[in-house]
Amino acid sequence: MSSFFTFLINGISLGSIYAIIALGYTMVYGIAKMLNFAHGDVIMVGSYMVFLSMGSLGLPPVLAVLLAVVVCTVLGITIEKIAYKPLRKASPLAVLITAIGVSYFLQNAALLFFGANTKMFTSVISLPAISLAEGQINITGETQVTIIVCIIIMIGLSLFIKKTKAGQAMLAVSEDKGAAELMGVNVNGTISLTFAIGSALAAVAGVLLCSTYPTLNPYTGSMPGIKAFTAAVFGGIGSIPGAFVGGILLGIIENLSKAYISSQLSDAIVFSVLIIVLLVKPTGILGTKISEKV
Amino acid sequence: MKKERIAKSTKSTWITLGIVVVAYVIMQTLAETGVLSSLVKGLLVPLCTYAIMAVSLNLTVGILGELSLGHAGFMCVGAFASAFFSVCMKESLPAGPRFFLALLIGILAAALSGFLIGIPVLRLKGDYLAIVTLAFGEIIKNLVNVLYVGRDENGFHFSIKDVLSLGMGKEGKVLINGAQGITGTPKDSNFTIAAILLFLTLIIVLNLVNSRSGRAIMAIRDNRIAAESIGINITRYKLLAFSISAGLAGMAGVLYAHNLSTLAAQPKNFGYNMSIMILVYVVLGGIGNIRVSMIAAVILTLLPELLRELQDYRMLIYSIVLIVMMLFNWSPKAKEWREKYSLKRFLGKKAAKEEA
Repeated sequence: MSSFFTFLINGISLGSIYAIIALGYTMVYGIAKMLNFAHGDVIMVGSYMVFLSMGSLGLPPVLAVLLAVVVCTVLGITIEKIAYKPLRKASPLAVLITAIGVSYFLQNAALLFFGANTKMFTSVISLPAISLAEGQINITGETQVTIIVCIIIMIGLSLFIKKTKAGQAMLAVSEDKGAAELMGVNVNGTISLTFAIGSALAAVAGVLLCSTYPTLNPYTGSMPGIKAFTAAVFGGIGSIPGAFVGGILLGIIENLSKAYISSQLSDAIVFSVLIIVLLVKPTGILGTKISEKV
Repeated sequence: MKKERIAKSTKSTWITLGIVVVAYVIMQTLAETGVLSSLVKGLLVPLCTYAIMAVSLNLTVGILGELSLGHAGFMCVGAFASAFFSVCMKESLPAGPRFFLALLIGILAAALSGFLIGIPVLRLKGDYLAIVTLAFGEIIKNLVNVLYVGRDENGFHFSIKDVLSLGMGKEGKVLINGAQGITGTPKDSNFTIAAILLFLTLIIVLNLVNSRSGRAIMAIRDNRIAAESIGINITRYKLLAFSISAGLAGMAGVLYAHNLSTLAAQPKNFGYNMSIMILVYVVLGGIGNIRVSMIAAVILTLLPELLRELQDYRMLIYSIVLIVMMLFNWSPKAKEWREKYSLKRFLGKKAAKEEA
């Protein structure tokens, strides 16, 4: 039983990381109506930033994380301006192919800059582990911080969207771009802001991911990225609480199937969940149905 | 007017098929006279394999208008189904009929999986469809990597754990060894067979595109609702195109498997990367342009092998090509620029001047 709880808590921790990544997908999807394939690779760039600034520059962890957040934010905005903005009116296929191109570009640029070798990432978190049930359940510092950070981000982001003008503008743009523009909302600025927030969150997720699973290579971000997108779809794309619920559930499913079914098949199981969700309830758990206008 | 248009499409088909025949004859003569290096000789079958993949993906992306990111998954199904058959029948059948049957099995297995995946997936649109096909490709790769199959005097044994849990008798032989895949596939394919298969692929796809079904499929691509309102059965035609595309990818897989003695599902041959590579061929050649995507596949497979120094930068260049192509085609500024400097306008101006 205690091992079950350990798997469950690790699952929630992994799920929290998925949830933070999924937020980036879901916000961008809600506003720009595009699947930002490069999101997963922004995570990788953020992790490399922390790795380099702690290793080569010798910065303290907090500064290193801040630097990574800034770099990723700038990267996110740049990607949007160069690659996605000119394609606002293009066919979805063209946008998707561009996004794949950007994702590939980041991976291969990282491959050239940082090399193909897998680096050992030193955890930025130095909290002691908590023991429960007479030492049978151990919750590591990374797990605690990941779960807490995820909850803080969720609450903060929900408040930001509900209470601030910029947040309301984001809601308006995701609802109807044209009408929002007529109401005086700066659509381009709002889209940039969304990319900025999403990418900053990706940096945070990258640090948490690499602290928990301490390996880093140019492809580190792509699989968690795809799984986080699965989580976003699972919870209902465009919905922030949905990303949270979807992420946590997916993390639990992945960890439990790794523990009890087969570690090699866990990816296949996670993706089967995606396919089943899309078949049974294409709008996800908390999503709203949008009917198509002719 | 109508007659003229039909003649045009037939002419274009003949040109495409002609290119393949001429290229085959040239390459075959060069290979036989010993002009080609062994490096290029070894590339001949893969060239055809990737060209078939590009043509088949172009059917999904260009003609059906849906992005599939799991095309390598279908190739994987075809490759493993046919290699499994060939390894089983290694002693009991001669090479010719064995390859023919393996080919049929590979195509059918891939087409069937395309059909089964297509039923649920094609109800989705755009990004969802892309991500689900991607997920499907990964699932296939994962499943193949944990599959163990052996055969002894009692028949076949399956397991998803390891070789020991197959529980075989003494005479037992492992046929599929998990992540190590299938070893000892007979090398039944050669350049002639590969070229014939590419030729067949083109005939199938080009005839489909110029047929009634092809026009229905393109109508769905251009406007789904309008197509539905004039009575086109959306699901049926989408499934038709998707299954054919999957079957052709399976055929490429058969070629791939029978050109190598060891077959294992790795990220680089059947993973997401492979699907993206094929997509690059299609995008570079022109979405919906069957002929040029085939040529693009050939050039892009050949180039990096000949320019080994560029190996490190290859994928980086591909990714930039993808982005730039899309921006050039779709960005409003690029459109303006193209209109300003287009060849047609330039020629038009010249003609106008001459008239004056």
